[in-house]
Amino acid sequence: MLLPLVIWATAVLVAASFAIKRWWFPAPINAHAASFDSIFSVNLLIMGVIFFVAQALLGWLIWKHRDRGQQARHSEGSTRLEILWTSITLLLFVGAGLASTGLWYEVHLSALADAGLKIEVAAKQFAWSFRYPGPDGKFGKTDIKLVNDAAGNPFGIVENDPAGKDDIVSSALRVPAGRHVQLLLQSRDVIHNFFVRELRIKQDLVPGMTIPFRIRADKPGEYEIACSELCGLGHHQMRSVLVVVSQQDYDTWLRRQAAQR
Amino acid sequence: MAAPAGRPKVTNMNHGFLRRYLFSTDHKTIGLQYITLSIFAAFVGIALSVLMRFHLVYPESRWRLLETLWPDGAPGGVMTPELYLSLMTMHGTIMVFFLLTTVPQGGFGNYFLPLQIGAADMAFPRLNMLSFWTTFLSFVVLCAAFFVEGGAPLAGWTAYPPLSAVGQIAGPGQGLGQTLWVLSIALFCIASLMGAINFITTTLELRTRGMSLLRMPLTCWGWFTTAIISLFAFGVLLAGGVLLLLDREAGTSFFLPAGLMINDKLLANKGGSPLLFQHLFWFFGHPEVYIAILPGMGAVSTILATFSRKPVFGYRAMIWAMLIIGFLSFVVWGHHMFISGMSPYSSIAFSLLTVTVGVPSAIKTFNWLGTIWGGSLRLTTAMLFALGFVSVFISGGLTGLILGQPALDSYFHDTYFVVGHFHMIMGVATVFAAFAATFYWFPKMRGRMMNETLGRIHFYLTFIGVYAIFIPMHFAGIAGNPRRYADFAQFDFLKDLSFLHKATTHAAFFTAAVQLLFLFNFLWSWWKGPKAGQNPWHATTLEWTLPSPPPEENFGHNPPQVHRGPYDYSLPGAPKDFLMQQEER
Ligand code: HEM
Ligand SMILES: [Cu+2]
Ligand SMILES: [Cu+2]
Repeated sequence: MLLPLVIWATAVLVAASFAIKRWWFPAPINAHAASFDSIFSVNLLIMGVIFFVAQALLGWLIWKHRDRGQQARHSEGSTRLEILWTSITLLLFVGAGLASTGLWYEVHLSALADAGLKIEVAAKQFAWSFRYPGPDGKFGKTDIKLVNDAAGNPFGIVENDPAGKDDIVSSALRVPAGRHVQLLLQSRDVIHNFFVRELRIKQDLVPGMTIPFRIRADKPGEYEIACSELCGLGHHQMRSVLVVVSQQDYDTWLRRQAAQR
Repeated sequence: MAAPAGRPKVTNMNHGFLRRYLFSTDHKTIGLQYITLSIFAAFVGIALSVLMRFHLVYPESRWRLLETLWPDGAPGGVMTPELYLSLMTMHGTIMVFFLLTTVPQGGFGNYFLPLQIGAADMAFPRLNMLSFWTTFLSFVVLCAAFFVEGGAPLAGWTAYPPLSAVGQIAGPGQGLGQTLWVLSIALFCIASLMGAINFITTTLELRTRGMSLLRMPLTCWGWFTTAIISLFAFGVLLAGGVLLLLDREAGTSFFLPAGLMINDKLLANKGGSPLLFQHLFWFFGHPEVYIAILPGMGAVSTILATFSRKPVFGYRAMIWAMLIIGFLSFVVWGHHMFISGMSPYSSIAFSLLTVTVGVPSAIKTFNWLGTIWGGSLRLTTAMLFALGFVSVFISGGLTGLILGQPALDSYFHDTYFVVGHFHMIMGVATVFAAFAATFYWFPKMRGRMMNETLGRIHFYLTFIGVYAIFIPMHFAGIAGNPRRYADFAQFDFLKDLSFLHKATTHAAFFTAAVQLLFLFNFLWSWWKGPKAGQNPWHATTLEWTLPSPPPEENFGHNPPQVHRGPYDYSLPGAPKDFLMQQEER
């Protein structure tokens, strides 16, 4: 009769280890991350209660109906119960699914008032590069044949295109706090993934596609960018940082970089 | 209904050793061959996972063993990232295909479907033999990848192109190793398709007199539904595999877009789409998890009923749930692709369908609880594993509801949260069902009992072990730890997780070691176990009306006449607490 005890103990330990939150999300740095956290908490609470009740019930049934020589009750089922639990779970599961749809919609589908700032993101095995259009606000033309990492041209910017003259290329992603930034995600070789934990979002970079991806970080600081799609033997070291600075610092940085070109 | 009676059976027993034990057409021998292959594959897969886990927490230490096994992959005994990734790829592939897809259907399904429906054999015995040997060949081809130049592939069991399509320049193992991987999967698809046709035909055509569809044990419903799913799913994977092979070997561009520059080399391909492969793969890949688990669900239902001495609660609801799962499993594949770059609108549709597919799984869980409710529970090892299955199924299923929501999956995708989730629901649940089935049917297959004491110790240690391995992985995932990382040293935020990973590794080592108890029990009981009678569990289905092990011709010239449903336990007024299917009263 060990089993009920083992199941109960396991359920308590699992629930407790979730409750202490020793290994948990980093602090959110924008409104999206904060809503993510609260939606996750609600989900965790619902799932946690179901988990706990179901495991406790399982243990209790095993305990209560252990063989003590009693005759089992013959019962083949109950249509009423089937309908009842089918409809409850359907409502609960679909309800949970619908409840988080808004958050998804907001990030990927809602119209954007302020989409001024565009930054290109180029991934390759196993490095990140970021390109800013510079003071003229225009990206210069690129040509894959001109791509040359050693010469500092991972995007293949065409030399004689005037729009490209002031483009800035950086190995870290620097953005002004509090502004929407439109990332244009591209990969030149295999699939990679852009993931910043503090933003609570990730997006694949797929060769042959340019995927627009909107982020906004409110809290200045440095946050790690981790590739989260298997891209080869250096996948685990494909790291960069998201540097969030005040608008003022950002403008200064931009000016300085452009002047250096 | 077709009358199988009197259909003469090809017999193998009057022939020599080869025909009897290797190239037999008898479904029971073939079932045992599948089971043997799976047990072997499982131990290989476990060994690989232990090596991986050790590397993750002791990345610098030198292991003589590693260097002996992989001189190039572990120079000086230190595992390189490419070796880590190839072990991971092989571990996942071996576990998914050669354990989860092989033992429940090819193994137990082959052995027991004909027995449970009162047939002499599968509908196409030679095709059955061909299925097994194709599966075997597929396994050999896969393992060969370890021994070729560049080693085994490192693209994961999902093998996304372009990484898997462009050859050696994308990394070691992406040359011949990856080609062998694709070939192996293609062979596996062919074997599974042949098996599916056989299972479907057998179920529809060879049921004995009185065995209507609604008198079939839920195990048979599990195998039948699985075969139907396999028929639709493996064809699509085969197509994906063939196209991938063409991209690799014939210079086509199904999955390769223009302007690819790999390792500073510009490729000439144009016009292909990497996402197309993902759609094909997951159109197979999601149904695959149900291919793995449905036979187990059937076995667990039967075992819970037998050892509760009660009918399965909601027999018809269970069948409906399986069929609905089978159907819905084909319309949820997009939940693996929420962040892939496909349309965000379709994510919403896939999400709602995904949470809906949780409903029939929940129905099954309720009915399992209903089955033991009011029973008289005999806690044999088979029953312990069946109850353990219900526990891990609940634990693994609930996290799936979180992953099914794109807004939440945008954080958890490709983190250890997913690794924890799928090991629980797909790996551990299916393996528990397979253990339950082994302890339940071993007496029938061998005519001897397995050791219950050893069995119980094995169960409890494994139960605790799997929770100790896979629950901590969820926390690593919540902290954002990406999966498929060969090393956690490059990121600051991963350094905080080292305790978690150490604990996981030790639990993994412990749990892996405990599996030797099972192996020992199996082998020892095979030769030395006490004799089992015809029906040691007082069960109701037809296989228990035959001697243990059953004669080659099964029911011979007098196939049974079935009079009742599969779970007539504790019928009021009956002389004993079970009535077998062929008993009139
Ligand atoms: C002792 C038991 C097991 C341990 C310790 C274990 C451990 C692991 C580890 C460490 C990974 C790699 C995680 C990563 O680097 O991302 C992994 C991946 C995987 N495992 Fe297991 N595993 C075990 C059993 C199983 C079983 C029974 C299955 C059957 C479903 C399974 C299926 C997989 C799959 C499909 C992958 C993914 C491979 C990939 O990413 O391509 N594992 N496992
Ligand atoms: Cu990567
Ligand atoms: Cu899926």
